[in-house]
Amino acid sequence: MSERLPDRADVQVGRAADDTLFVQLAGDWRDGAARPPAGEVLDRIRAARPFRRLVFDASALTGWDSGLLTLLARIVRGSEREGVQVDLEGLPAGVRTLMALATAVPPKEDARTPEPREGFFARVGSDALAFVTSAFELAAFVGETAVAAARGLAGRARFRSGDLALFLQETGPRAVPIVALINFLVGVILAFVGIAQLRLFGAQVYVADLVGVAMVREMAAIMTGILMAGRTGAAFAAQLGTMQVNEEIDALRTLGVDPVEFLVLPRLLATSLMMPLLCLFGDVMGVLGGWLVAVPVYGQGSTLYFNRTIEAVGLAHLFVGLFMSLVFGALVALAGCLRGLQCGRSASAVGEAATAAVVTGIVSIIVATALITVMCDAIGI
Amino acid sequence: MSAPVTPITVRNLTLAYGGFVVLRDLTFTVQRGDIFVIMGGSGCGKSTLLRHLIGLQAPAAGEVRYGDTNLWDASPETRGRLMRRFGVLYQGGALWSSMTLAENVALPMQLHTALGPAEIAERVALKLALVGLSGFGDFLPSEISGGMRKRAGLARAMALDPDILFFDEPSAGLDPVSAKRMDDLIRALRDSLGATVVLVTHELASLLALGTNSVFLDPESRTMIAGGRPRDLLEGSRDPRIQAFLRRGESAASGAVA
Repeated sequence: MSERLPDRADVQVGRAADDTLFVQLAGDWRDGAARPPAGEVLDRIRAARPFRRLVFDASALTGWDSGLLTLLARIVRGSEREGVQVDLEGLPAGVRTLMALATAVPPKEDARTPEPREGFFARVGSDALAFVTSAFELAAFVGETAVAAARGLAGRARFRSGDLALFLQETGPRAVPIVALINFLVGVILAFVGIAQLRLFGAQVYVADLVGVAMVREMAAIMTGILMAGRTGAAFAAQLGTMQVNEEIDALRTLGVDPVEFLVLPRLLATSLMMPLLCLFGDVMGVLGGWLVAVPVYGQGSTLYFNRTIEAVGLAHLFVGLFMSLVFGALVALAGCLRGLQCGRSASAVGEAATAAVVTGIVSIIVATALITVMCDAIGI
Repeated sequence: MSAPVTPITVRNLTLAYGGFVVLRDLTFTVQRGDIFVIMGGSGCGKSTLLRHLIGLQAPAAGEVRYGDTNLWDASPETRGRLMRRFGVLYQGGALWSSMTLAENVALPMQLHTALGPAEIAERVALKLALVGLSGFGDFLPSEISGGMRKRAGLARAMALDPDILFFDEPSAGLDPVSAKRMDDLIRALRDSLGATVVLVTHELASLLALGTNSVFLDPESRTMIAGGRPRDLLEGSRDPRIQAFLRRGESAASGAVA
């Protein structure tokens, strides 16, 4: 059986009587068939003005779908505007029913009050107010966590030890490969760049000092901290955010469980314990990265390299680095949990919470670095 | 010994999100043993009202009293103790997704009672059996159907033998047979535990069959426009909005409703 080719859709516009316009629709008006564009049809109707009535004839119409409905809706709307009476009798019954249905419920006038576009100063103002509110929320959260932590130290905090074990595993051993890789690379980069400059002074033997002190005092902590912000901070935010969306946190509250004690404390504890260990590991990997550049590539002596490293890196540097990593671990957990608990009630809100957690985590790491550096300077470490 | 939790007296309650008023001037009383229905069209603020009653959101004005205690004037400890006397079934169950059903039901008991693990396990098995989920204790919420999650949520809501049970749309998403079973369960719990039930719903069949008292919320006027037994409202109310709601928009002459 041969396929019927679609009839070419066509529209004729003509005058029936002096003030009546008839519009004859013929052929196949479905999507996929060649149809006159809506604009053209409307122009032809407009060109035939003035007329008082508009009548349709669809006897030769073989098929229609939403495309025809939208065109007819435009014609009807335009006619109403001009005060022209429209007679839908000539249209197929299905078309008439659908058009009646679509116009049955008038559009809700104030369904959504369009937000007036704020001027520049208005936006600056509302952003400033939002900033103040978020600063308060942050302070409140830090306070609640401090109270929960105090209860924890007193041994009266209530959370599941299974949760703590899980988070220790997630934030610690699972993170080792990437921490190793990143810190190794940082060590390599520092050594490469360092040697290139030190050679100018014949001082390339001090590359061990450079890599050692830089990694141990600052770089391992910062790189690992940023890694954790992306890896763990986002995870915490997503976990808590999804719980928020599912009303699981409400369920905890109504059952008398403090969400901060139950959810935040084990996470905070886990990252605070694991970060210094990861940082230590990162220190070693960084020094090894430097070794790779100094010894096999630039031909320095291996023993010399390690001796210089040990001499240069004193306990002070080590403790500063480990202290910073402890602080960063806590900040990352706090940022992740805060954004998770502040999460809105939709899937996109969870995404925003995860993003915000990473940004907040990284920003607070940088601010903390600055503060700690100033402090160390003042103390003279 | 501990202060009675019923009746729940709500006076001049106004609920708002920031500057936007959701509902105002609500005054009603839930008596002991009532199956109290909070009903109204979509968007009238039923779930918001529920959140204010169970202690999740503070009202903009007015008071919520449990017996003699004002929920929102009380200290956080008193409020916490009060909140433990009720059980809440959230829409969808709100089970903690990283814990099994047994762990979900056990957690309130572990935190608020001095029972040992063996006793808790026994009670958990009992609660799960009451809702027809015997043997499903080791399943995770993601491994069971929506209806089963609701039932598990109910088991958890009952964990501490509460005096008041709050249900947020218990029949939503359930097929007619399961919805009827849920209704029967609610009635059986009320009768056997002597609990008071507050039900947020717009399932006509359920609320007409179960409800002994109600409050009807109107989204247009943003306040309550009726109260009392839903069946009485169906037969006696002259308000066209209430009639349209309770009769699903059909004319009063058609009679046979649930």
